[in-house]
Amino acid sequence: MKKLLLGNAAVARGAYEAGVNVVSSYPGTPSTEITEEIAKFEEVYAEWAPNEKVAAEVAIGAAIAGGRAMSCCKHVGLNVMADPVFTVSYIGVNGGLVFCVADDPGKHSSQNEQDSRHYAEAAKIPMLEPADSAECKEFTKQAFALSEQFDTPVFLRLSTRVSHSQSLVELCEREDVPVREYQKDIAKNVMMPGNAIKKHVVVEKRTEDLKALAETTAINVVEDNGAKIGIITAGIAYMYAKEALGNKANFLKLGMVYPLPEKLISDFAAKCDKVFVIEELDPVLENYCKSIGVEVIGKDAFTMLGEYTPAMIAKAVLGEEAPACAAIEEAIPARPPVMCPSCPHRGTFYVLKKLGLTVSGDIGCYTLGAVAPLASVDTTICMGASVSAALGMAKVKGSDFNKKLVSVIGDSTFIHSGITGLIDIVYNKGANTVIILDNSITGMTGHQDNPTTGKTIRGEATKQVDLIKLAQSVGIEHVVVADPFDVKNFEAVVKAEVERDEPSVIIAQRPCALLKGVKYEGKCHISEECRKCKLCMKLGCPAISLKGDAVEIDTTQCNGCGLCMNVCPFKAIKKEEK
Amino acid sequence: MTDTKKIMIVGVGGQGTLLASRILGNTVINEGYDVKLSEVHGMSQRGGSVVTYVKYSQKVYSPIIGKGEADIILAFELLEAYRALPYLKKGGKIIVNTQQINPMPVITGAADYPVEIETKIAASADLIAVDALSLAKEAGNIKAVNVVLIGMLAKSSEIEKESWLQTIKTTVPPKFLEVNLKAFELGYNH
Repeated sequence: MKKLLLGNAAVARGAYEAGVNVVSSYPGTPSTEITEEIAKFEEVYAEWAPNEKVAAEVAIGAAIAGGRAMSCCKHVGLNVMADPVFTVSYIGVNGGLVFCVADDPGKHSSQNEQDSRHYAEAAKIPMLEPADSAECKEFTKQAFALSEQFDTPVFLRLSTRVSHSQSLVELCEREDVPVREYQKDIAKNVMMPGNAIKKHVVVEKRTEDLKALAETTAINVVEDNGAKIGIITAGIAYMYAKEALGNKANFLKLGMVYPLPEKLISDFAAKCDKVFVIEELDPVLENYCKSIGVEVIGKDAFTMLGEYTPAMIAKAVLGEEAPACAAIEEAIPARPPVMCPSCPHRGTFYVLKKLGLTVSGDIGCYTLGAVAPLASVDTTICMGASVSAALGMAKVKGSDFNKKLVSVIGDSTFIHSGITGLIDIVYNKGANTVIILDNSITGMTGHQDNPTTGKTIRGEATKQVDLIKLAQSVGIEHVVVADPFDVKNFEAVVKAEVERDEPSVIIAQRPCALLKGVKYEGKCHISEECRKCKLCMKLGCPAISLKGDAVEIDTTQCNGCGLCMNVCPFKAIKKEEK
Repeated sequence: MTDTKKIMIVGVGGQGTLLASRILGNTVINEGYDVKLSEVHGMSQRGGSVVTYVKYSQKVYSPIIGKGEADIILAFELLEAYRALPYLKKGGKIIVNTQQINPMPVITGAADYPVEIETKIAASADLIAVDALSLAKEAGNIKAVNVVLIGMLAKSSEIEKESWLQTIKTTVPPKFLEVNLKAFELGYNH
């Protein structure tokens, strides 16, 4: 049966068909749906881990114990899981082990545009890269087989357009793969220097064996169209190139992007007059070709920035212009993402902006607190950095600066890696104020449960991490829970907590507006009592805008949360009569 | 069909463009085509501009659509229709919901919402404008804007009406089916 599947769902399907036993991940766009889809298969144990490092370690443990295991993340998540990944490369596996990483060329939903292919060479782990959903499924299955055959973890690399495109996939039955026997093997599984020295030799030999495989494996495909132009490419870039060039070029489509086949590439290039390497982001394939003496055109003709298009390739390779199109003769306003109407974060940032505080920010929907008119967030670096970076700021600038400084971090992000920063603050005598934005869910990635929600990935009830007790247990003596929509009280709480010479935590508690069950009664509207002070406009609510001189609330967008009513000094905003 | 059919669905995050593209995608596979859909997830979904590409043919390679290539643009919002206009091929059709949603630069006063967008679009394209929000209200739920627009797209397509209805029945949750079928008819018969 053929089905239209998202690339991510196809990876999940591939893992399922390969008989995967354990999948542990932390959500991250564009990888999230892989694990969500896996969780729908009853035969597989699936979980959201507190962060990517923990997730990878759960998968590694499962593989060492003899099961097939996978951990999925976005490119920056791979940075978090890198530590165990580099060492399990030495240990190898028992049951097959796959790390699936989704890069985000074009930064649709990311803080950087790193190219995860570098990790494959650095960690000496083979990497496969599918180009559409059918390959996502197929390559995932091959990754498990390769892992067991070569006693190595295997990377599966996706990119946003592969993860989030749907195409047809042929569904097959789940393979019956029995969990392998576990035997104590200290020389293999305990990576202390004496053992690691010996295992490094094994790893180098393994890479040589994989290079030999790369020369002959059917996953690397030569498409000889008798053309003079040759294209070396992989992943989604192949699809763009194929659409742009059709049969006007020969293609070497690399399904395995590490290690690379020296002879296959040399032989392919020798038959062409001119060879282009087409790859988004960094010149990984290009540099390899050049290192083995194959002359290619790569980043001289293509950018290292963002996503490619077929038109870009047709222009660079064939000199063909894109089709004529209508031009827009005026500058039109951009539409950047915004916090939703009735988003709980809006109340928090309104207060922080009003108080003129320096805001050490983090990764989540609330990064949008940096966008006008709230424009409250000062820094965003990575998961957890809001807490630890604020300690660094306070240490260099002193107490007065610290009394105008807060960290803001979501509930899930706090558990991911904010808690370690908070321990650092307590341990090293910081006096920072950390605001945990507790919206009862992992929001940005599309509503995943986490240790603070009291539910597992399958929605089963479980123990709930109590943020108040957690903060208290590491030594925070001042923990306050406040509702960010009760603007007056929230402001008073923030003012009091930043003034302290001791560390404090404020838990800003109100659920995400998009959660099922979050309903506000009625709609807000501006009454005749409005004095046009425009204070409500400072909320940056998408439902409130200026029509000429008058403020207006768009009832199709208003959710009736009433935050604007709490902000209005003249009580001029009313709830619509039912 | 040798030429690939290219349809772009544009709108504002939260308007339900994803459901529309999935209805379209599943309708065309039932017709036996190869199909690719490219979606946007994550941060852009939070009230930002969202673009979905749907392409179908005997064999589709790239999931994205370039400037000057789209046969049809289905726009959920007026400014987003205007923004997407360069992607329409010469002589292409653009179906536009005339609803206006102010982007943040307009709300903050940093920019103005462009005026007379419909006239400007009609100068270079085959424009079909519709107040889909009112039709969705008439159907019983303002969130059914997406299915009203799917109804309009269905009317412009070579695919049988029954085939669209079949997909809607299998894609939409049962409790919203009645509203959505009504929304589809209102769009189809507009």
